[in-house]
Amino acid sequence: MSAAERYLSLGARDLRLELEELYAAYVGCLDEERFEDWPEFFVEQCLYKIIPRENFERGLPLATWLCESKGYLIDRVVAIRKTAVYAPRYMRRMVSGIRVLGWKEGVLEVRANYVALETLQDELTRVFNTGQYRDRLVVEAGKLKFREKLCIFDSLLIPNSLIYPL
Amino acid sequence: MSVSAHKEWPKEGIARIPYWIYSDRDIYAREQELIFCGPSWSYVALEAELPHPGDFKRTCIGEKPVVVVRDKDGSINVVENRCAHRGVQFCQKHLGNVSEFMCPYHQWTYDLKGNLIGVPFRRGVKKQGGMPPEFDPKNHGLRKLNVACRNGVVFASFSADLQALEDYFGPSMLALYDRVFDGRELRVLGYSRQLIPANWKLMFENIKDPYHASLLHVFLVSFGLFRADQPSKVQMDKTGRHGGLISWRGEQKKTEDNADMKSLIDNFRLHDPALLDPVREFPEYTVVMTTLWPNLIIQQQSNTLAMRQLITRGPGAFELAWTFFGYTDDDDEMTQRRLRQANLMGPSGFVSIDDSEVMKFSQQGVGPYPESAAVMEMGGRDWKDEDHMVTESVIRAFYDHYRHVMQI
Repeated sequence: MSAAERYLSLGARDLRLELEELYAAYVGCLDEERFEDWPEFFVEQCLYKIIPRENFERGLPLATWLCESKGYLIDRVVAIRKTAVYAPRYMRRMVSGIRVLGWKEGVLEVRANYVALETLQDELTRVFNTGQYRDRLVVEAGKLKFREKLCIFDSLLIPNSLIYPL
Repeated sequence: MSVSAHKEWPKEGIARIPYWIYSDRDIYAREQELIFCGPSWSYVALEAELPHPGDFKRTCIGEKPVVVVRDKDGSINVVENRCAHRGVQFCQKHLGNVSEFMCPYHQWTYDLKGNLIGVPFRRGVKKQGGMPPEFDPKNHGLRKLNVACRNGVVFASFSADLQALEDYFGPSMLALYDRVFDGRELRVLGYSRQLIPANWKLMFENIKDPYHASLLHVFLVSFGLFRADQPSKVQMDKTGRHGGLISWRGEQKKTEDNADMKSLIDNFRLHDPALLDPVREFPEYTVVMTTLWPNLIIQQQSNTLAMRQLITRGPGAFELAWTFFGYTDDDDEMTQRRLRQANLMGPSGFVSIDDSEVMKFSQQGVGPYPESAAVMEMGGRDWKDEDHMVTESVIRAFYDHYRHVMQI
């Protein structure tokens, strides 16, 4: 049985467990600032967007953050590491309410809630951003990877700047 | 309102900017009164946001909430978002469509011009209560603002008596404005909003300052989008309140002139070059950043176009509301290009992240030291148009006008 077939044959409960592990690994990578590993959660031809909910609901195409390939994700990481000027911070992400919508032609559709907490050096921890992940995953090299990840955020007014991925 | 004696502008004039103007509550209140409610045209909307009669947009001038609405006859009205009865902010949605405005508290109702058309129980109930017989709805409408539109952009003013919009801009700024707003119909691509913990004037200083761009913005510099050695100029209107930073793409090589730019990273290549695939769209210049007193920045950075509206939130914070747009006659390729290049700007922009972070650092430095002052001498101590970007001339011009309006 191929890896893809194995995933397809998983019952709802086992699939959920796989996804729990995947999302834990995803936020762990970001929370621990291993940004160089972050693009590896995606396939080469991927779409990653952070979108204000008001744009999404009105059908307006502008994303606050748009990556149309894995190369694009890498460019963002280079910016975080080398070009962007910003104050030191910690970010912690919580994912819950993972819902499997099902497989469609080899693509697994998943939704989940997320909250990102931000801690700046001289300030109390605050809710930085919260919203919904709308994800499409595929099996590549035996692993589930994101083909598409949309972070649709409720918190329209961004506290200063959005530097790290969600 | 008087300014306390210890708050005096330094004797060097506009070559110094005293730090008390960024944190003082009295100054902030005076700015609201004399600048945002004074004889100035504030940006409020794009007409493309309100295509149909009854379409409205909720926004602010300074910190004062207003509603922009398209009337049944197609004209645009701007009214205070404050019920004439008890002051309730009756409109709570960013955008929407109504046939009339109704305050939820006591259901006072207004037409799209802001005229009061309904007061429940005005004649009382069972002959009891009601408004006094001489109460005339005509005297209790929403406060209406002065409105001016040009090529799809809506401006409003609390002042009834001020210059025509074109005279207010002046010929040089009008020419920059008309490059982007040439009469073609606009298409809104989306919004971004950020709350920047800094005084609103620091945003204008940032966009009126070409000196920082080639130093702070490693990203911009590395890709030759903006460098001190490329052809550029700064322009102002005759009052100094508006300004334009203009540049066009130059040859990209390391020279003696940019040896000071420590941020220059050679051999910097994008893994996905689609991000920076600009096409020449407007005559002559590739980048024009226009600042219009008192609340607007018009961004034309290659093919990414945006209005950046400043909404003040006390002396120590402002909301920066971005409206990205294109034209209805853009093909899909051009729209995609605008959306890609939007990655440079906004709350998560490859370039503008640096600005919002540095503005916060500025506020952290100037706030606690009101007795000190900034040195604003790059390119001289006065202000005039220049054919280079090694100057703070446009900032000095802004403060020349600011001092005049604020009487400080």
